[in-house]
Amino acid sequence: MSSPTSTPSRKRGRASNPSTPGSEGPLSPPSQRARSQDASQGELPPMPTSPATDICSPNPQDTSLFSSPRRSVLPSEVDASSPLLYGTPSSRVEGTPRSGIRGTPARQRPDLGSVRKAPQVDLHSEPPAGENAVASDQAAGQRLVIWGTDVNVGTCKEKFQRFLQRFIDTTSKEDENCGLDLNEPLYMQKLDEISVVGEPVLNVNCGHVQSFDADMYRQLICYPQEVIPTFDMAVNELFFERYPDSILGHQIQVRPYNALKTRNMRSLNPEDIDQLITISGMVIRNSQLIPEMQEAFFRCQVCAFSARVEVDRGRIAEPAVCRNCNTTHSLALMHNRSLFSDKQMIKLQESPEDMPAGQTPHTTVVYAHNDLVDKVQPGDRINITGIYRAAPMRVNPRQSQVKAVYKTHIDVIHFRKTDERRLHGLDDENEQKLFTEERVQTLRELAGKPDVYERLSSALAPSIYEHEDIKKGILLQLFGGTRKDFSQTGRGNFRAEVNILLCGDPGTSKSQLLQYVFNLVPRGQYTSGKGSSAVGLTAYVMKDPETRQLVLQTGALVLSDNGICCIDEFDKMSDSTRSVLHEVMEQQTLSIAKAGIICQLNARTSVLAAANPVESQWNPKKTTIENIQLPHTLLSRFDLIFLMLDPQDEAYDRRLAHHLVALYYKGEEQIEEEYLDMAVLKDYIAYARTYIVPRLCEEASQALIEAYVDMRKIGSGRGMVSAYPRQLESLIRLAEAHAKVRFSEKVETIDVEEAKRLHREALKQSATDPRTGLVDITILTTGMSATARKRKEEIAQALKKMIQAKGKTPAMKYQQLFDDLRAQSEAAITKDLFDEALRALADEDYLTVTGKTVRLL
Amino acid sequence: MPSAHDWINNPLGVVEVQNNSNPEWQKKVVDYFKDKLTEKEAQTWVPSLNDVPLHYLKPNSLVKFRCLIQDMFDPEFYMGVYEAVDPATKSKSLKCGKYKDVTECLQVEFNSRNSVTSERQTFYCVPIPGESSWVKECYARSSQAQVIPSTSYTPNRHKRSYDEDDDMDTQSQRPRDSNTGSQSSGDSQRNGDSKRQETEAPSNNTTTTQSCTSPLDLNYPLPEEQGPACLVKVYEDWESFKLNDTIEVFGILSVDPALGGVSEEKEPTSLLDPMESMETVEEQRAHSPPPSLVPRLHMVYALPLQHINPLLPSAVSEDKNAFVTSFLSELGSIRSEFLAYLTHILLGDALAAEYLLLHLVSNVYARRDVLPLGKFTLNLSGCALSATYTEHLYRIIQQLVPSSYRLPMSLHNMNSMRMVPRKDYVANRLVSGVLQLASNTSLFLDETQLEQGQLDASGVRNITALGNLISWQKVDYDFNYHQMEFPCNINVLVASEGRSLLPSDCQVHLKPQLAPPNLGEFLGAIQAAQAPSQMNRYRLYLSVTRRMDYSISEEVTKAVEEDFVEMRKDDPQSMSAEDLHRMLVVSRLLSLSFGQTTLSTDVWMKTKHLEMLRMSRIQQQKSVNGHEP
Repeated sequence: MSSPTSTPSRKRGRASNPSTPGSEGPLSPPSQRARSQDASQGELPPMPTSPATDICSPNPQDTSLFSSPRRSVLPSEVDASSPLLYGTPSSRVEGTPRSGIRGTPARQRPDLGSVRKAPQVDLHSEPPAGENAVASDQAAGQRLVIWGTDVNVGTCKEKFQRFLQRFIDTTSKEDENCGLDLNEPLYMQKLDEISVVGEPVLNVNCGHVQSFDADMYRQLICYPQEVIPTFDMAVNELFFERYPDSILGHQIQVRPYNALKTRNMRSLNPEDIDQLITISGMVIRNSQLIPEMQEAFFRCQVCAFSARVEVDRGRIAEPAVCRNCNTTHSLALMHNRSLFSDKQMIKLQESPEDMPAGQTPHTTVVYAHNDLVDKVQPGDRINITGIYRAAPMRVNPRQSQVKAVYKTHIDVIHFRKTDERRLHGLDDENEQKLFTEERVQTLRELAGKPDVYERLSSALAPSIYEHEDIKKGILLQLFGGTRKDFSQTGRGNFRAEVNILLCGDPGTSKSQLLQYVFNLVPRGQYTSGKGSSAVGLTAYVMKDPETRQLVLQTGALVLSDNGICCIDEFDKMSDSTRSVLHEVMEQQTLSIAKAGIICQLNARTSVLAAANPVESQWNPKKTTIENIQLPHTLLSRFDLIFLMLDPQDEAYDRRLAHHLVALYYKGEEQIEEEYLDMAVLKDYIAYARTYIVPRLCEEASQALIEAYVDMRKIGSGRGMVSAYPRQLESLIRLAEAHAKVRFSEKVETIDVEEAKRLHREALKQSATDPRTGLVDITILTTGMSATARKRKEEIAQALKKMIQAKGKTPAMKYQQLFDDLRAQSEAAITKDLFDEALRALADEDYLTVTGKTVRLL
Repeated sequence: MPSAHDWINNPLGVVEVQNNSNPEWQKKVVDYFKDKLTEKEAQTWVPSLNDVPLHYLKPNSLVKFRCLIQDMFDPEFYMGVYEAVDPATKSKSLKCGKYKDVTECLQVEFNSRNSVTSERQTFYCVPIPGESSWVKECYARSSQAQVIPSTSYTPNRHKRSYDEDDDMDTQSQRPRDSNTGSQSSGDSQRNGDSKRQETEAPSNNTTTTQSCTSPLDLNYPLPEEQGPACLVKVYEDWESFKLNDTIEVFGILSVDPALGGVSEEKEPTSLLDPMESMETVEEQRAHSPPPSLVPRLHMVYALPLQHINPLLPSAVSEDKNAFVTSFLSELGSIRSEFLAYLTHILLGDALAAEYLLLHLVSNVYARRDVLPLGKFTLNLSGCALSATYTEHLYRIIQQLVPSSYRLPMSLHNMNSMRMVPRKDYVANRLVSGVLQLASNTSLFLDETQLEQGQLDASGVRNITALGNLISWQKVDYDFNYHQMEFPCNINVLVASEGRSLLPSDCQVHLKPQLAPPNLGEFLGAIQAAQAPSQMNRYRLYLSVTRRMDYSISEEVTKAVEEDFVEMRKDDPQSMSAEDLHRMLVVSRLLSLSFGQTTLSTDVWMKTKHLEMLRMSRIQQQKSVNGHEP
């Protein structure tokens, strides 16, 4: 710990400065202080007291010293790095060309509150200050700690510098660390960044601190008000030693985050007061900017002598007597020369996920200071790190009677938006769910069972009977495929989400299944096609009533990014609404161009939709398209389309009845024994989604290729195509999802087999041509089965022949032609079919139809 | 007896004594009160905020309050133990802050090592919404509380209630509860009360209460609700309470006027006081209303209420079992009398009466993932007999169930009413809505009031909320940025002209056998014919049957399965899984209504018969107005 290389000349300059002996103490440069402190530990010198107080102050606990006007004589010369004087605003330097630790002004940290209350004390002079500290004292001799804590400034500083210089985290996954070399000390690289970028803020992950030095971490958590300034001091010394010429706006501030102490607002309790905590929540309200006075400027009305008084715990001690002319009550506050800092009140509400059922969310008041003001907006999900405070409440400002209640708030030190990161395309689920060892063990055990797939699918919505394949499909949807990035080759992201459409008779518990899924997944949304509009699904721009700013409000699809969007009554949706789904369901993005806002939002949403047949009852004589009247462009985007029909079979009925009766009389406990717990299922899915990234193995790829070729072959024999690349992609996704179910890192042949089976099963149900009974994928891709198309051509040809047979008649009556054709043909010809045939001929430029007449060309 | 009742009149004294004698005093205090209160009849000695006006209650005495948890505020930290400094002698002493709102001394040493900060939770509680007048009356009558100004209290109350009754009689034949009457007599009187209290209280600050004569929204779920709201401070196990729970709180009443948060002539807030900028005026109004309107109650003991029927013994289990068994013996006769009564009310329609009875017995007894089991929403169509029939019907139901609410579904109501509770972030409270109801409340939706017109956005939301309530027995509370689902257990009865636009479990079309010329008089006469004791028997019947356990034996399960398969064989369309669901519910309710705890084949056959009758009636109805959409 050597003195900053850039300072000696200044120091010497100052030493020659004829100053009063009394002001010597606070003016002593940090290097000097540091050395003396070093000495006090290492070499056990006879100097027992704090260097900050030893020279000037007869009473180490006399805090009035620091606010005494004496200091203002040389306002720019006060040592800024002392923790005791930390953040003294009078340390501002007016001169512009500045560099190095002396030249860079310290910036006040109102987030840490007033530190001046806590002078350092010698442990030996006050024994009850904590045995703990004595025990951990490595330097057996005298030991200086900040009053009320066991923090020794010197040791702490040294430790932190060591931490900065040595800490390496090779497993770091945080997005802000991308671009950094993980094998080099992490924070030194960050300091390098600061010197380049010039933003004097160093964010420190408390997790890193903990893994590096548990004792330092404990001190940081317990005495943030004292430890963080020490950290600041340490980092500034280190920084200006390395980058003596860099110019910063103010000295570097350390902002710790991710203190593991508290995660949930609900678990805050009185023991957390004045400690460093991290909680998550949602911003619900921001106050206006509040200018908070930091330092009052007084000027004597008589002699114009000025005095500065710092705010101490929200109060200003107005000097009663002018020290210069000794006039009493002559000092007046000068507003425009006083110092203010920005402050903002933010209300934070518990995130809905953290709440126990049946309770209302808690709220906490948070104060943001200086540059943290206006960093967050209402509606943001954030993690904040700050100091928890409590202050007694007065009943009435004029009465001294107090309510026996404290007001609590958090002074924020660090914000981290949790939803912002989602926009960067990084999976944030790893920070959302942390699994305990045992939990992972149980999950792994479960995954090892051979029938895990069946177990999980039967645990899904146990109250809904049978429909095993549908449940399996939904299970695979919950797991999803592996996300692949092909943006380099120009194709962008491949969709990893599985989309499923359920159609079927009303009353086959489709809605119930949707409700269940919605309740199961953390980021699920449930909408009904009837009630939702295009803007409700996507996003809309609205004017915030308070700020009059245009804000983008996101709809269900964007909100369920990385989740599942359940859309009930899909068929009742208006066409314009449905059209927005095209983009979402294939490109997984949502483009918006509204009111001057043009953007593309991520909507990596799996869609689980339910549709009712048009005729209220499923008509088995019609194709899926005809039954639900959905555009085939949309249908082809669903990986699996299931029909939920009443099977009408005796054995099924019997089992159904048994199931339902059991539902109604069994006790809660029995039910829970029978099935996998919903919580386990949730964790299982979350774990698999986070940690399992299966890749295709060689055999599986071969199997997939074969499967695809087979699918195409089926059709080619009859002159039609029965599979498209989209189907192949579906197969891959399903196979990957199935591998995830098994917690397998490799997609193997069994996964492909199951994907094939499920896909075929779904196809069998939805893409069967009712006329031939054969599976025909073209029903889904073109909206018409191959046989239907063939039939259309036949009729057109028959019509052409008939017209040709009639000889040269330039014009014919429409109705007559129709009647003639019907008389001629052995099969029944509907008006629709006739019209289609006419249209086909018109396309050939053989004839034109104008009103009720048909003309040959 | 006065000495025995010290724990009621001066509970803080008890706390003090326990405090001094034992280190584990916190638990001791709770146990002490629990012991006292579980003694026979002891609970009836405690005066109740529900039926005694606030100004008759002594501050710092033990009172009870039967209420619904309407909102939960943030937890607050208070001085569990603090060091008080006597300004005169400078002597210090340790004081206990538990069960108190305000410190007792003039100066508190904040930096003392001995002070202990503790945590407590505040609930905003309101009287049970829609509580029937007979319930209130009955509770008030059973109370044996010795209210301190007893000489003035009792006659005063009687006198006023007679006055009220006279007034009431001219308006309607229905007797109204004396208490609600006395409390409704206006703000002026209330304010007078609080003033009187003010003079008794040590503080001389009268401005706080004065400013509160401006209407303060007490946030009752139902618009025409009355009674005291209360801020209940909970000291332990607050996680065990849930929003919308009905509880009986035993607590120490605190009405220190200093607690009122808002005073109009407050000093211009100084910039430097960090505490001032934290709360908006709205928030202060919501969170620290004047104690004369919203007293504070420091909970020492709370009894979760399974039901609020005063006729059924509440907690003491042995008594209750004996009571229920004796009641069960005459259940059969009560059922037939009750059915006859309902048949009369429904103008001679026995089938509809049967279904109405089942509806009244229904209760959500379990949930299987998202599916609530046991709910039985009845849609009584064909109710537009006369303009007031639904209203009369509701009055009768009100006389039978402990709590109920009639929601006329007029277009105006649907568009303007606040049904779903909404979080008001400015005032930081949950603004209540009509659908914030206690468990087992009967919600009477009157669709006959609906006319043609356009529903606006909030109307659509309200209809959706009602639909969700009926289908899933849940209400999605609006938290602006997200919604939160609160499960509920509300018996919904939809009275409509044709088939209701809301979903329902079961529709019965009313087929009146009688056509009395004056419907109101006719129904009044039927009601008058029922002796009060008879009514009590009906009330008890509903509460007892609703709560019984139920199971299905193996053999009957088999039989039911057989039946289902058989029925589907004939015509799969006529019998779906949904129909079986309904039949299972109907058979369950039918068994319970007979006092049987298992399903018998007899009841199953009867269920089938009832369902068949009902279906055929719906078919008929369809064919009558075939052109109906």
